[in-house]
Amino acid sequence: MAWFRKEKQPRQPLRQRLEIPPDVWEKCEQCGHTDLAEKFARNVEVCPGCGHHRRLRASEYLAMLLDEGTIEEHDTDLRSADPLGFPDYPSRIRKASANAGESDAILTATGQLGGLPVNLGVMDFAFMGGSMGSVVGEKIARLGQRSLERKYPLILISASGGARMQEGVLSLMQMAKASAVLAQLGDRRIPYISILTNPTTGGVSASYAMLGDAILAEPGAVIGFAGPRVIKQTLGQDLPEGFQTAEFLLDHGMVDDVVPRKELKRVVGQLLRHMSGKPAAAGWASA
Amino acid sequence: MGTTLLEFEKPIAELERQIEELRKSAEGHEVEVAAEIAPLSAKLESLKADIYRNLTPLQRVQVARHPRRPFTLDYVRLCMTDWIELHGDRAFREDAAIAAGWARLDGETVMVIGHQRGRDTKENLRRNFGMPHPEGYRKALRLMKLAEKFQVPVLTFIDTPGAWAGLGAEERGQSEAIARNLYEMSRLTVPIIATVIGEGGSGGALALGVADRVLMFEHSVYSVITVEGCAAILWKDGKSIEMRERAADALRITAPDLKRLGVIDDILPEPAGGAHADPEAAARTLHDALVEALETLKEIKPEKLLRRRREKFLAMGQVVESDA
Repeated sequence: MAWFRKEKQPRQPLRQRLEIPPDVWEKCEQCGHTDLAEKFARNVEVCPGCGHHRRLRASEYLAMLLDEGTIEEHDTDLRSADPLGFPDYPSRIRKASANAGESDAILTATGQLGGLPVNLGVMDFAFMGGSMGSVVGEKIARLGQRSLERKYPLILISASGGARMQEGVLSLMQMAKASAVLAQLGDRRIPYISILTNPTTGGVSASYAMLGDAILAEPGAVIGFAGPRVIKQTLGQDLPEGFQTAEFLLDHGMVDDVVPRKELKRVVGQLLRHMSGKPAAAGWASA
Repeated sequence: MGTTLLEFEKPIAELERQIEELRKSAEGHEVEVAAEIAPLSAKLESLKADIYRNLTPLQRVQVARHPRRPFTLDYVRLCMTDWIELHGDRAFREDAAIAAGWARLDGETVMVIGHQRGRDTKENLRRNFGMPHPEGYRKALRLMKLAEKFQVPVLTFIDTPGAWAGLGAEERGQSEAIARNLYEMSRLTVPIIATVIGEGGSGGALALGVADRVLMFEHSVYSVITVEGCAAILWKDGKSIEMRERAADALRITAPDLKRLGVIDDILPEPAGGAHADPEAAARTLHDALVEALETLKEIKPEKLLRRRREKFLAMGQVVESDA
């Protein structure tokens, strides 16, 4: 054997050599960038490659925005009724609960955001597309009531295709209900911040989502009254590039700013302090 | 005659034709036909009543959308005086899908704001089939604020398939315009009475519908989504009669349904054969209902009025509270 001859070994994939199980990797739906799932998680599900914001669960937003150990969830026992006797609705609710692990399409909580007490409601798209029925409306109304009582600012994060068809016109009325609560907050000068995530359309966008004293949107989020498919149908032609994205709404004067997820907590805190006459928090001014 | 006949109205039209023929034949000759016409007329009335008593939800949708059904401006003409229309949102343009202005009801000034459909294609194009753009809702809000300034009650009429879904509507903030109206209507310090006179289509209808009293004509419908849209989403078929019927049943969109759900306050009965069969009679019913509601509401102090309006909408919806 020649002294320079290398021992031949079958080539092993990198993954095996490093003993990495296959589910550790995740691929960005937008740009195809592949990275460690852990890296996606650490980056609050924002692609490290292209900045694409993947969908986040409601519980993850609570953990991201509220200070550790301050979260107190409310009204976890509210469930949807079936007021219309709508075909298959109870079974769809059961399935959605099992899949999403939540009781309906919104979580509401009181907590502290950078030391500031707030009431935060977060919609969960994983539960029936974040559709708004009586439970969503009622939980928002009760959270708003808490804000009125304690004078705590209100923050709502929307992720929803709109009103829940299976509760018919009662879902529609939740738009009026939520708006009426917000008007009360407004009259009492209690700040309300609305955060729009992908997607925010239909009855949710046409009520509380567009009523914030400040309206922030996550990059790339689809926001609009009618869904793009419906408009395409009425138009009979393709929609312009970037139509109904957060950036499009910013250009058209419909939102105050587009804020990357990682910046949300800082920006919301800053806004709340401005709107409630509180001094700036330490460390934010330079951030 | 003969234009836009609904399928279930055909027996009515047939009988009307027979009566008409008898009348004509009587004119030529000196024949006494009154004796023959009387029973036919009675039969016609009972037929109309029968058919309209048993309308299915989908048939009610058809009646609500009937091109001869009285529209906002018809009711203004038939039950009000001193009408002067006001235009524009002062920001972008006039939207003819909503008609609004000052009028007098029973001698008292009111602000009238309602969706306005067109009777023919040309007018429908101008009025966009009663589907407002954001500027329509902003005009409505501007005039509600004007009414508030002069402490005049607001009467709204709901008659739209929905808010317009299009490029310009999105660019100019359809969502915001509707949301703003819901917000401001919940705190407007004058009485608001909304009447669903035809089709109450989703958010585009509700944007004129946050009121102290919500009235609804017997054969009107009010829904979170069109029956076509619902059928298309749930059963991938928004065209066939069966699926539209299923959706119309499931969505609970008729006046009695909405009364039961606590969404409307009163049902206004329609003349036999529907409001389009006798617009004057429908207008009289509307007139009396509006006058009566205004009488009551005028007595209530603004703070109490607002509290009641708010509490009414806050109570809407049904949830189950379990000890989980």
